[in-house]
Formats: sequence, structure tokens, C-alpha cells
Amino acid sequence: MATPLIDIRGLTKAYPGVVANDDISFAIAPGEVHALLGENGAGKSTLVKMIYGLVRPDSGAMTLSGAPFAPSQPREARESGVAMVFQHFSLFDALNVAENIALGMETPPKMRDLARRIREISHEYGLPLDPDRTVGDLSAGERQRVEIVRCLLQDPKLLIMDEPTSVLTPQEVDILFQTLRQLSAEGTSILYISHKLEEIRALCDEATILRLGKVVGTCVPRDTTARDMAEMMVGTALTPPARAGQAPGDVALEVDGLSLRSPSQFGTSLKDLRFTVRQGEILGIGGVAGNGQDELLGALSGELRAARDAVRLAGAPIGHLGPEARRKRGLLTAPEERLGHAAAPDMSLMENALLTGAARKTLAPRGLINWRGARVFAEDIIARFDVRTPGPLSAARALSGGNLQKFVIGREVLQAPEVLVVNQPTWGVDAAAAAAIRQALLDLAKNGAAILCISQDLDELMEIADRFGALNEGRLSEIRPAAGLTVKEIGLMMGGAHGMEVAHAEA
Amino acid sequence: MLRLEKRAQPDRRLALASPVLAVLATIVAGGLLFAFLGKNPFIAIGTIFWEPLFGEFAFYYRPQLLVKGAPLILIAIGLSLGFRAGIWNIGAEGQYIMGALFGAGAGLAFYPAESPLIFPLMIVAGAFGGFLWAMIPAILKVRFGTNEILVSLMLVYVAEQFLASMSLGLLKNPEGFGFPGSRNLQQYASAHNAEIIAGTGMHWGVVFAFIAVIFAYALLNRHMLGFHIRLTGEAPRAARFAGVNPPRLILFCLGTSGALAGLAGMFEASGPAGVVSIDFNVGYGFTAIIVAFLGRLHPIGILLAGFLMALTYIGGEIAQSNLGLPAAAIQVFQGMLLFFLLAADLLTNFRIRRAVPEAA
Repeated sequence: MATPLIDIRGLTKAYPGVVANDDISFAIAPGEVHALLGENGAGKSTLVKMIYGLVRPDSGAMTLSGAPFAPSQPREARESGVAMVFQHFSLFDALNVAENIALGMETPPKMRDLARRIREISHEYGLPLDPDRTVGDLSAGERQRVEIVRCLLQDPKLLIMDEPTSVLTPQEVDILFQTLRQLSAEGTSILYISHKLEEIRALCDEATILRLGKVVGTCVPRDTTARDMAEMMVGTALTPPARAGQAPGDVALEVDGLSLRSPSQFGTSLKDLRFTVRQGEILGIGGVAGNGQDELLGALSGELRAARDAVRLAGAPIGHLGPEARRKRGLLTAPEERLGHAAAPDMSLMENALLTGAARKTLAPRGLINWRGARVFAEDIIARFDVRTPGPLSAARALSGGNLQKFVIGREVLQAPEVLVVNQPTWGVDAAAAAAIRQALLDLAKNGAAILCISQDLDELMEIADRFGALNEGRLSEIRPAAGLTVKEIGLMMGGAHGMEVAHAEA
Repeated sequence: MLRLEKRAQPDRRLALASPVLAVLATIVAGGLLFAFLGKNPFIAIGTIFWEPLFGEFAFYYRPQLLVKGAPLILIAIGLSLGFRAGIWNIGAEGQYIMGALFGAGAGLAFYPAESPLIFPLMIVAGAFGGFLWAMIPAILKVRFGTNEILVSLMLVYVAEQFLASMSLGLLKNPEGFGFPGSRNLQQYASAHNAEIIAGTGMHWGVVFAFIAVIFAYALLNRHMLGFHIRLTGEAPRAARFAGVNPPRLILFCLGTSGALAGLAGMFEASGPAGVVSIDFNVGYGFTAIIVAFLGRLHPIGILLAGFLMALTYIGGEIAQSNLGLPAAAIQVFQGMLLFFLLAADLLTNFRIRRAVPEAA
């Protein structure tokens, strides 16, 4: 290897109580696609923030093309040729594409010139983008294009991409990968952050694996199995969830012609959904974020009221009932957002156990709270779901994301639901906790509960679901048996490339 | 550079200590203020805090503590329920006036007949008056999404006009030689909210204030409705997920605070004040907001804060007459208490750190 594009030597960064990065070293050659792999909390974000000038390292040094590189703010990093596409977009809905891009520039050119440049660049790299469109009307994939084109306009030497595929359908991922390969062929290096192992195997030349702030290994992804990489990432051998095939029982939950206007201006209305979930069965609902997942959960939890007959539980109409009435009948839910929706951040775990457990655990007979009972219930959840916390009196916000998620899922599972609806059950959760949560869902189904799992993680759905459907702009695809579905079929169910044309075809 | 950093858990010891810190800071800053006004700060502070309790005329002032503290506590307890849930009733003063008018009106309607049923009826009417006045912002909020802060506050001024109209018209004492107020209820045995034990200041309003404290404590700590009130304030989305019906909660919180403020007004009109007159209201409804926060929206805290506030009222009056301190200085002194409390509050949830210049 000649002079590496970027050489990182012994970077260390400590925060109070935790060493986020401990003596990290690796190098990226020009034109190399380098994967940074690790669980949540492994230190990927801190490392990237140091490269991008958002955080200053405590010790260690970097060189860029052989010259010392120590950006003290992102502007310096950008001037040196480092660009970054963040996981969360920073775009203004009300402005158009060109205006949004101009806002991020130090000295924006004339609007007309900028629009022309955007068109050129976006076609050159197979990411067609109309500079005059309002960002509020774009799909998640198109918004990501805006961010990428914004970076490409700087003609970067190093492009950092943070979990870029979490908002894309498989078809859109293909388009993105072609773009990235083209960039790499032209000599741009790419630092690709992800925990999706198959993607890394398909795209990356080298991988650096982080665990608890340290480099625990490097590998050539093409020559390493996903399983080996996962075990390096987690540090222990992973046992895939065990599932026992069984014949499904009676219909437990039936959704029949569910249409619902989203209460939020930027939400997605549900359009005539129809599906059933049987006892002992897990129905997986996939789809890119923002296609009606939150609304579907709300309509099933009772936070949003639907027509009486649109939702039936064991044959009885419940569409008009509120959350408590549905819980009493055995329909429990676990929303995606842990803090503030599934749990109250400043309340203790004991109080949060009461939050949904009051009715089925009879913790408040005739309205009078049995705090001792709530405490016992919370302790039970903590013990059975291995929630790491000092005890039931800790505030919910003091728990890590994975631990709180285990608490939230455990709280519903231990109430022995007839039907359990979960949204993103393992979102932002480390691999060990995710495996435990999936196993809990499978066990619950084995005992005869009907489970509806809404998730954007297709691997997860393929792992646990018996049948699969996808939400796309508030509509539900045909529901098909999960076994034997190909990635291409799944992608088409999710809406294909969401109308984004594949410019690589003619390029 | 200093910056604030959120604590992982609220500091429980500081949460308990912050009212004490606030009182101490107020004494120091108030002392400085009085010194700038040319008064001896030690004598001024002593007059406000010591004189009413242990001074020469304490036998007169001590009962006043109950008389002034009770309406503050009664109103603040009601307000605290809504404040906990993020429902801001700023118009307790108006509900207090309406309670007084309804209560006094119900009593005077029977004048001069005597019956043991009249006083209980007045209690119900007083509570109903306050309830009704609070239902206006409540229903407007539930039906049309109006802001209850503005509506309830504006209705204070409407209630004041109503009070003036009543004092000069319907409720005006026909034998009052033109005095703009009602008959003196202290002279109408069936309607008089007399002291239960003479010379102690202990009237029915004080009893109701204590009952309200106990009731609120049980509600917030032992009852699902109280849990839902707290949940709504801390995480509204989680509250809806738990099954809270927001409109019902708004009606309950505003209705309860209105009814309690109405009760306070009724007990005042039929007891210590004796009449509803054009200048009947003296700001209890607004001061109760300070009391509610000073008491950390906790029933026991409000009980203590109510008496502390009553003490500064009484002590402040003594300081005005004995030392010639301007009334405005006393009000600033009371306002500082809330100011310092909010400042101390910040520290229970945040810690101050020296910022290390690191990130842009």
C-alpha cells in the first residue's frame, strides 16, 4: 500500500466514566471502501466525529495524504476533503433541494449555477435529483440523495457514510452501492459505518471491528462469514433464535378495511389495511420508515381510534376502544419510541411497570394503586429479562437503550397477552439483547399468542416471522409466507425503488 | 465558560433542599434590597419573620397565619393538580371571586331566614361558582384547542367586572348607606363562617384546606387518576399510550382547581372578610401560583409554603406600618422567593460544569 489517504494512529477519547475510543489505529487507502463495524456503543460515532472535526481526541494523531490532520471544526475537515452523510438528515422540509444545499455551503454560487451543478453531479453518479423540488415531498431515499449530492459537490477525498441503508429498500440499496463503487473506482475513499454484515460483505474492501471502544479485529469482509464478523463484534458466540414450527391456531387479531387519517401533518394515513394474525403465529410487517408504521401501532394500541369493525380481537369488534379496554381484552402493544412513549423517562421502573400493567396485573383494584405489587412486577421483569439496573426505583432514562427495551418488551410479555404488537423491537439494541428479545417473542408465540412484529430490520423479520407483508405509503402489500421469499421480492413488496429511477442502467 | 449538563437522575437531596436554599437566598437578597432602601436589613427581616410568630402582638398575628394561609393552600392544592399535568390555570383569582359571589349570593337569597342548611348550601354554591368559571377555559380548550392560560387569565378581569356590578347592584346592602358591597355575613348567623374555636383563626376554610391537602396527597400517591396526572405532565405521549383521556383530565384538573378556588372565595366572604365588596379580592389566586411552586407541587410542601407565604404577608404588613417599607418592596421580596426557587430547581436536574472548549 502506498501512502494511505487517511492514517489514524492511537486515537483515544474518554468521557466521564467511559473510554469511548481507546488507542484506535487503522488506515484507509485511496479508493478503498472501509467498513467500520460494531455494536451500539462500541465507539463508532465518537471515532467518526473526531475525523469530521466535531470532537477533539484526547491523544493520538491522524494524517491525511501524509500531512498531519487535526480538524478543530467540521469546516476544516470539509476543506481538507472529508465529507459526511449523517444517519439523521439535516434538511428543511419547506425549502427546495438547491436551497437546502446552498445553506450548507460557505460561499454558495448563484442559484442557477448551483442547480445546474446539482443536475450534472447527480446524473454523473446515477442519483437523479431535481434541484427545484421541495424537500418535504421527497422520500427518505431521495432525501439521502440530497445529502450525498451535497457531499459530492465538495469533491471529497474521503466520504463518511453513517448507517446509510437503514432508510432504503433493497432496490434503493443497490442503486446506492453502484454509486459508491463508482466513487471508489474514481479514487474516493469511503468509510462505511454499519452493523449490517451482508451489506459490508457485498461492498467493502476492508473492515475494522470495534468493541467497547477498542479495535478487536480487522478482516477482509469478502473472505469472512457474516457469522464470524458478528462474533468478533459481540465477543461471544451467538446462538440464533430457536423456533419450532407449529400449526397456527384460530384467528386472534383481524384487521379488516382499516383506514385512518394520520393525526400528524407529516404522518402517513393508513389506507384500507386487511390482515389476520393467528394464535401461535408471528406476522412480520416490513417497510421503510415513515410508511405508516407508527399509525398502524397507534390504531392497534387504541391511541388512535378506528371504525368499530376495522379491528377485531378474537372476533369481537374493538376498533373504537381505548388502550386500557384493549389491554383488558388481551391486546398489548410496545411502541417504537422507548423514552416518552413506551416509558416515562423521569419515572421509576416501578411506576413504568404500572403504566401498562395496571389492568392485567390488577395493580390498581378500584383505582387504588398497589405499589408493592407494582414493585414486585417490576422486579420480576428485571429478573426474567436480565435488565441491567440498580433496581426498580431507578428512573427509566438512566437505563441504556437495550436495557430499557428489554424492560418494555418484558413488561408486555409477562402480562401474558393474547395478541402482542411490537414496533421496532430491537431498534438500537445491542446484538445480545436483540437476540434475547427475539427469543422472547418466539417463545410467546410458541405458547399460543399471536404476534405482529413491525420492523424495518428485514433480517429480523426473516428470522422470526412466519408470514410477511410490507407497508408502503400507508398501504399493505399482499401477505406471503416468509420462508422462501427472495430479497428482490421483499424489495418489490416494500415499493421497489420508490419511483426513484435507476440511472445506472443507462450509464 | 460555564455550561449546564443534564443529570442522569434528578438529585433527590437537592430537590428537598432547594426550597430552603431559595428562602435563604431571598433573605440575603431581600436584606440587601432593604439596606438600599435605607432600612436596617436585620430589623426588617426580623420584623417579617419573627414579629408575627413571637413578637409582642403574636397573639393577634398567629391566628392571622391560618386565616391568610388557608385560602392560599386551598387554591394552590387545586392548581398543583393541573400544573402537574401541564394544565395551566392562571385564573384562580377569577374563580375565587365567582365562588365568593355564588356562595354569598346563595346565603343572602334566604336573608333573614335562619336554617342550619344555609351554610352547607353556600359551600356547595361557592364550589360550583368556581367550578363553573373554570369550565369556560376547560371546555374551550377541549372543544376548540384554545390556550387555557390566556382564557383563564382574561376571565379574571371579567370576574372583577362581575364583582363590581354585583357589589353595586344585585348584592348591594340595602341598609349599607351606599357602601359598594353586600350585607355583612358575619351578622347573619346562618351564613357566618365563624371561628370553630374562638381566637384561633380556625374557621371552616382552614378545615377544608387541611382536607384538601390529605385528599390531594392520597390522590397523587395512591390513586390511578393521580398517577395519570403525573404521567401526563412528565410524558404526554406515554400517558395517551397508558390510556389517559386528555380531555377528561383537562376537565377534571381545571374543574377541581376552580371548585377549590371557589371554596376559598366563599369561606373568605362569609368569614374573615364578611362581605363581598368591590375590592374583595386581594390576589390570593395569583399568590397561590407561587405557593404551588414553592411547595414543589407536593401537597405537604404546599401546606408549608402556604404558611410561609402567609407569614411574609403578615410580616410584610407589619414592616410596612412599623418601618415604613414600601408595599412594592414587600412584593418584590415575595417575588424573589419564586425566582430563587426556580433557579435552585434547575440544579436538581442539571449540574454546572466548566465547559472545556472542545466542539464548535
